[in-house]
Order: sequence, then structure tokens, then C-alpha cells
Amino acid sequence: MTSVIDTETAPLVDFRGATLSIGDRTLWAGLDLSIARGEFVAILGPNGAGKTTLLKALLGLMRLSAGSVTVAGKHPSRGSADVGYVPQQKIFDPDLGLRGRDLVALGADGHRFGVPWSKRAVRQAADEVIQAVGAHAYADAPIGKLSGGEQQRLRIAQALMSDPQVLLCDEPLTSLDLRHQEGVLDLLDRRRRDCGTAIVMVTHEINPILPFVDRIVYLVGGKWAVGTPDEVLTTERLSQLYGSPVDVLRVRGRVIVVGGGESPELSHHCGPETLSA
Amino acid sequence: MSDMWLMLHYSFAQHALLAATLIALTCGLVAPFVVMRDMAFAVHGTAELSFTSAVAGLLIAGDAVRGALVGSLVIATAFALLGRRPREGNTAIGVVLAFGLGLGVFLLSFYNGFASAATNILFGSLVTASTGDVLVLGGLALIVVVVMVVIFRPLLFASVDSAVASARGVPVNALSLVFLVLLALTVTEAAQVVGTLLVLSLAITPAASARRWTADPLKFVAVSVAFALIAADGGFLLSLALSDTDIKASVLIAFVSFAIYLVSVVAERLRPETGRQVSGAVA
Repeated sequence: MTSVIDTETAPLVDFRGATLSIGDRTLWAGLDLSIARGEFVAILGPNGAGKTTLLKALLGLMRLSAGSVTVAGKHPSRGSADVGYVPQQKIFDPDLGLRGRDLVALGADGHRFGVPWSKRAVRQAADEVIQAVGAHAYADAPIGKLSGGEQQRLRIAQALMSDPQVLLCDEPLTSLDLRHQEGVLDLLDRRRRDCGTAIVMVTHEINPILPFVDRIVYLVGGKWAVGTPDEVLTTERLSQLYGSPVDVLRVRGRVIVVGGGESPELSHHCGPETLSA
Repeated sequence: MSDMWLMLHYSFAQHALLAATLIALTCGLVAPFVVMRDMAFAVHGTAELSFTSAVAGLLIAGDAVRGALVGSLVIATAFALLGRRPREGNTAIGVVLAFGLGLGVFLLSFYNGFASAATNILFGSLVTASTGDVLVLGGLALIVVVVMVVIFRPLLFASVDSAVASARGVPVNALSLVFLVLLALTVTEAAQVVGTLLVLSLAITPAASARRWTADPLKFVAVSVAFALIAADGGFLLSLALSDTDIKASVLIAFVSFAIYLVSVVAERLRPETGRQVSGAVA
């Protein structure tokens, strides 16, 4: 797999000494992280470590307590066309009066007041994006009647409508079976290769993403580690982060994180959750 | 049947038909969003509480309609303030509703006027609509239609996916409040025609029926308006045709509305599933 990361141009995401606290709880402190054009970065860590909050900071929905962050060279602001967002999956109601095509078009003009319908240019652009993500076969069906994987493709299509430079995905693989997980990952990988879009993905699933990601950000209880999967997912590094013994096992090409007294079956996703609280 | 056309020469019947049409238009327009935002209970709550404010209006100013209109704004604000977090909504409505209904009955015990004024509030009374009432309804309908058209896309976005809408810069909370106020105005209007107790038949049923025919949001709204018009005008004309039986128009409106729903459900069952050529093949 040839690298598509473009380190020549200015980074698309740039955290410098970034700290985010909610009340008196510090989610992460002094975070330094630059994400280049075309880079695929996964954010891992136990629940409550501030993974989604990191995305919210990039969306301009949360302000840092200290330090700075830029997205595509600018301060994050709500509604920026530079950022696409695929939220944590919420399955649409089966009875919702909306087709996939309409969901996608909202990505381009859903924030516009005025006429109730989309302009022809938006409808055409939506059609092209739908083709590109391979969702044309079911784009006219009521969205609530589609499978989780189909809905996820349409959400990604919606996020791509503003032609973003950075695509933020929150747990896009949850509740998908292996085949659909691979489909979604392929789609994201293709996007960054074709368009240089930086992909930032919050996830609990380590193994499906390993063939695709360039770097991992691991957040645990206020501390963080950034590096390639081989650098971060080691017994030493994670034990240091968690402040207690954690074992990283590599079995038949799979990474298994064991720690905090949990059984491997429970902790193979994201490590010792019980330590995070 | 010839009675029906004859009666339409009278101004009371013309006013009533006009009022029914205006109310159906606004109800049909907001109904799809009521369904999408799962606000049936808010409609029910606003409708029942418009009874309280109508009684208050009757008591203070001798005018139920204007009392209900002012009251609906108070109610919308109360719902919005008490139910700011999404899951609190229904609980807040329940709390306000329980107190409000009690207050309405309490106020009614001070009212010494015609008892029919109170039953009109509960079951609606088209035929008493005056020129002034029709003008008020027309003004309200105009406001609701214009605002709904202008906020249509952001409201749709916020209704189907508030997280992404918010990230894309849609003022989700402000839109919620605006819609709540529009809904309160619409429901209060509808309560004049079909009465507090039957409001759901114009503010929800047309959308539930329309959804059986299409998932395209614009067609969904258009069909919903059409169904509301058929129910309201059709129900009223039926009541003229059956004028010697003394069946209230509101009852017939509710019946027609429900009949459309039944037909729509059956039609959906009979129709082959459309818009989905390949079933889950690529994902």
C-alpha cells in the first residue's frame, strides 16, 4: 500500500498543547497532533476518554480549555464546509418520510433557509456522490427501511456533499457485520486516496482498521499517545498510559488488548474499560 | 344532497367552509413534521390546554378564540422551557397538561354563560364562525404557511438528524421553538373547527396517511395537505348533506380523516415495494 499522506502542505488538523476540561474533569491535556492531507487517523480509548469530544472540538461545537486547534488552517467553526461529519450511528425510524437521496442533499443545502426544494445543481451533485459511494440501488427507498450498512453509506455520502477536506466519523463501524465494516473502510480509504481528504475516525474496533490507518491516537484518563499502530499498541506503551499492567497480544495478525482484570473476550476492542472511570 | 348545495348559499356555510379550508391547509402542512419529530403528545397537550385558555378567554374577555390564541403561545413557551433536553419533552408536557386541565375546569365553574360555549370548545363549532373569525384564521394561516416554507429545509434537517444539522450550522434549538409556536397556533386554530378532542384527526392523521404513499419529503407534505383538505371540507359538506341528523361536522371530519388512513394503509399493503430494485446487494 503506497502512502498517500501529503506532508508537504500545511496540516489539515493541528492541535497544539490542546486541553479540554468539562467541569473539573480533564479529558485530555497538552495534546499535540498534526494530521496531514490524505492521512487516516483512528482515535481509540475507553468510554468517557473524550474521543467524541475531540471530534466536537474539530466541529467547533466545543471550545478548548487551553492550547489551540486549527482545521484546514482556520479556527473550527460550526457549519464549516471544510469538515464532514458522520455521527455516531442512530438507526433511522422505519417510518421516517425521507429517502436516502434526500438525506444526502441535506448535506449541501440542509442549512439554507428559503425554498423548500433543492436546486438542480444540488440534486445532480447528490446523484454523483450516491453513485460514488455505491448507494444508487437503494437511494430512492425510505431510509428507515435500509440496513445499517446502507444507511451508513448514505451518511458518508451526505458528509461528502460539502466536499470536505477533513472527514470526521464517530464509530462508523458499530453494529455492522464484517463485510459491511470492510465496505465502509474501503469507501473512506478510497476517498482519502482520490481526494486527499484526511479521515479522523473514532472507533472501538481495532482489528478491522489496522490495514487502513496510518496513525492511532489513544486517549486514556487525561493522557494520550500518538503514533503508528505498532508504536502505540504495545504492552509498555499502554501499561504506561493506563498506569496499570496491560498486555497487548498479537495472535494470527489480530491485536488483542488485555488488562484491568478483564477477560480477553471482553477487552479485545478497546482495552480495560473499567480503568477509565 | 341538493340541500347541501342550497345551504352553501348561506353565509354561515361559506364562512364555515372557508374556515375548514384554512385550518386544513395549516394542519396538513405541520402534520408531517409532527410525525417526524414524534410530537403527537405535544399536539394532544396543546389541544387540551387550548381548552383552558379558551375558557380563560371566555371568562375574561367573553371570547374563546382569542383567549385560546394567546394561551397557545404561553403553552408553547412553557413546553419549550420545561422540556429543553430531548427526553424531558413528554414528561414536561404531561406535567403542564395535568395542571392546565384542572385549571380549565376550575375556571369553567365561574362561567355562567351559555353551556354551549363550553361544548363548542371541546367538540368544535364550524357554523358559528364569523367574518372576523375567518379573517383571524386567514391571517394565522398566512403566517404559518410563510414561515413553514422559509424554514422547511433546516427544519427537515434538524428533524431527521439534529446532531449533523447542528454541526452544519443549523440553529436546532431556535427552530424547535419556532416550530412549537407554529404548532401551538395551528392546533389552537384546528381546535376551533374539530374541537379540542378531535384535533389529532387533522394535525396527525393526514401525515400518517400521506406517509403510506410516499417517502419524498416534499410530496409527503403536499399529500398530507391534500388529505387534510379532503377530510375537513369533505367532512363539513357531509354534515350539510346530513343536516337533518344533527351529526356534528367535527365528528364527520374525524371519520373522513380516518377513512383516508385506512385506505392508505390497505393501498400500501397491496402495492409492490417501489424504489428498491436491488435488495441490500451492495452495502
